[in-house]
Amino acid sequence: MSMPRFLVEGMLKGPLAERPPEPMSFAELGAEFETAVQRKLGRSLSIRQVDAGSCNACELEIHALGNAYYDLERFGLRFVASPRHAVVLLVTGPVTLNMREALERTYAATPGPKWVVAAGGCAIDGGLFADGYACAGGVADVIPVDIRIPGCPPTPIALLAGLLALLNGGKPLRGG
Amino acid sequence: MSWPRHLVDAAGWSGAIEALAAGRRTLAGLWGEPGLVHMATHADGEGAILSTPCPNGAYRSVSAWHAPAIRLERALFDLHGLRPDGALDKRPWLDHGRWTLRHPLGEALAATGPVPYPFLASEGENLHQIPVGPVHAGVIEPGHFRFTAAGETVVRLEERLGYVHRGLEGRLAGADLDRAAKLAGRASGDSTVAYAIAFARSAEDALGIEAPARAQWLRALMAELERLANHLGDIGAICNDAAFSLMHAHCGALREQVLRAAESAFGHRLMMDRVIPGGVAADITPEGARGIQALLRHIRDRLPRLVELYDDTASLQDRTVGTGRVSPELAARFGAGGFVGRASGRSFDARKAFPYAPYDVLNFGIRAREDGDVNARVWIRIEEVRESLGLVEQILDRLPSPPVHLGPPAGTGEGNALVESFRGDLFVWLRLAGGRVERAYLRDASWFQWPLLEAAIENNIVADFPLCNKSFNCSYAGVDL
Ligand code: SF4
Repeated sequence: MSMPRFLVEGMLKGPLAERPPEPMSFAELGAEFETAVQRKLGRSLSIRQVDAGSCNACELEIHALGNAYYDLERFGLRFVASPRHAVVLLVTGPVTLNMREALERTYAATPGPKWVVAAGGCAIDGGLFADGYACAGGVADVIPVDIRIPGCPPTPIALLAGLLALLNGGKPLRGG
Repeated sequence: MSWPRHLVDAAGWSGAIEALAAGRRTLAGLWGEPGLVHMATHADGEGAILSTPCPNGAYRSVSAWHAPAIRLERALFDLHGLRPDGALDKRPWLDHGRWTLRHPLGEALAATGPVPYPFLASEGENLHQIPVGPVHAGVIEPGHFRFTAAGETVVRLEERLGYVHRGLEGRLAGADLDRAAKLAGRASGDSTVAYAIAFARSAEDALGIEAPARAQWLRALMAELERLANHLGDIGAICNDAAFSLMHAHCGALREQVLRAAESAFGHRLMMDRVIPGGVAADITPEGARGIQALLRHIRDRLPRLVELYDDTASLQDRTVGTGRVSPELAARFGAGGFVGRASGRSFDARKAFPYAPYDVLNFGIRAREDGDVNARVWIRIEEVRESLGLVEQILDRLPSPPVHLGPPAGTGEGNALVESFRGDLFVWLRLAGGRVERAYLRDASWFQWPLLEAAIENNIVADFPLCNKSFNCSYAGVDL
């Protein structure tokens, strides 16, 4: 029986989880609000991810947030299956015209107060896919965006630092 | 070596269709240019490209005789406006009526606006439909699945894709090599290395040059790390879809370690933009090479126990064995590549069938099974992890000396490449003029796997769809482009 061995080993070995990164500042995130989000949200964030035209590498790194190293649930962050349960929409990719309506409807289905995070170069300004017959541009060209996490794709640490800023009102976790 | 391209008349085109329909050759791609349609096929390690003119904007349909061409023809019509004469399925594929124009790569017409999309009918008593997507419940790519079910049992699944069409081939046309390589590396992010290799090799083929030996070996090293990361992540994710999260947690940690080793060796977790026409962007760092050696030891230590865990857990096997079966006949007919094909008896691998450096001098095996279910696809992937570990070790041991780049290439010509991504063979064809891309075509392995998922889920229960889907893990971005 190998399963018990795995479980026992898991208890004996130290956790893989990393120290939490310092949250990014609102300035770094190009935030469009100054209010303390934390007061509105408490200490937990339900996130609905929407791929609006990504190459799927952004999704891979968002997925990685769930692995033992980043373990995003320890911060009260979790992915939910429905926009109705979400306060944050985490949107990736340039918005393709074929996805535009789906994104608008997902945004409309998310109850307020809500925040939109544009993750990755494509989501910020369309990246290499900025114009053309098939794309609407960045996320902000379709729905209001509150913060922007740069990277192609953003690393899990960058994603975490950006999301923690939302929880923390853009202030560092410790110290100043 | 370029596949030869022949201009053929209607009779020559029909002969090629016949060879596909009879199973004598395998379809590798079907694409257009203004007034011209191209078809790539191969058999016994020999590939060829046929081109036929389209008088009055039409050509003889391939799909009327060979079903794997259906979606390729529909996409070709959407992009170029060239009609397949005699095709049965004339519905649009990529064009949802939302683009700013129609036939963007051909004689463009004004957009008509969204039109209703008729799904295929299912007849019978007490059938109900379940529409899913394009936005799904998990962190996955968008696409629409239309299930028709009788109670719990799926009678028919129809996929509708195209949601993440970004107009990639249109953007490639006119791009310089630098920008084009970046675009190609974003066709499907999980296969960024494989795409960058296929693009670089096609460009080098077109220009009659070869990347330095060390660059070719480093490319293969990156490709195998990409394969390891994807297989490890997916093996865990498949188990997770069968509610066995222990495997998921351990495989997820291994995947993360592969990405960290890749970052330390090449400066990017997914190794994006590291493979460029003419070579690789930067040499491997010495500490990166040591990190990969340590990674090999670690995975070799962990993997046997994970495999034992998979094999020993009856509740897990209960979900994966016999679920989502693809018959060897279907896999062969569609020329399904990668683990989807190999789990169903088709032992094709581009690294063996069209050996490219350094795989021609490396030792590795390709295994196939006949059972074709979720379990078979998991086992093929486990075996590929083992083979990739061996490949990485051989590459590190025998890495040739610098340089790693030729200098920026330029020139004119046509070239192509068939490269084995973690999903299977992907095909790139391009024509360069004055150092810029005139036309480039990218065909993901998923084109010939997505249709088999529709067959695999038939007579399975709806609740097993996520498990089947993950065991295929087809690319949406890679086919939508
Ligand atoms: S930002 Fe980069 S990784 Fe993310 S979707 Fe765009 S191209 Fe892909």
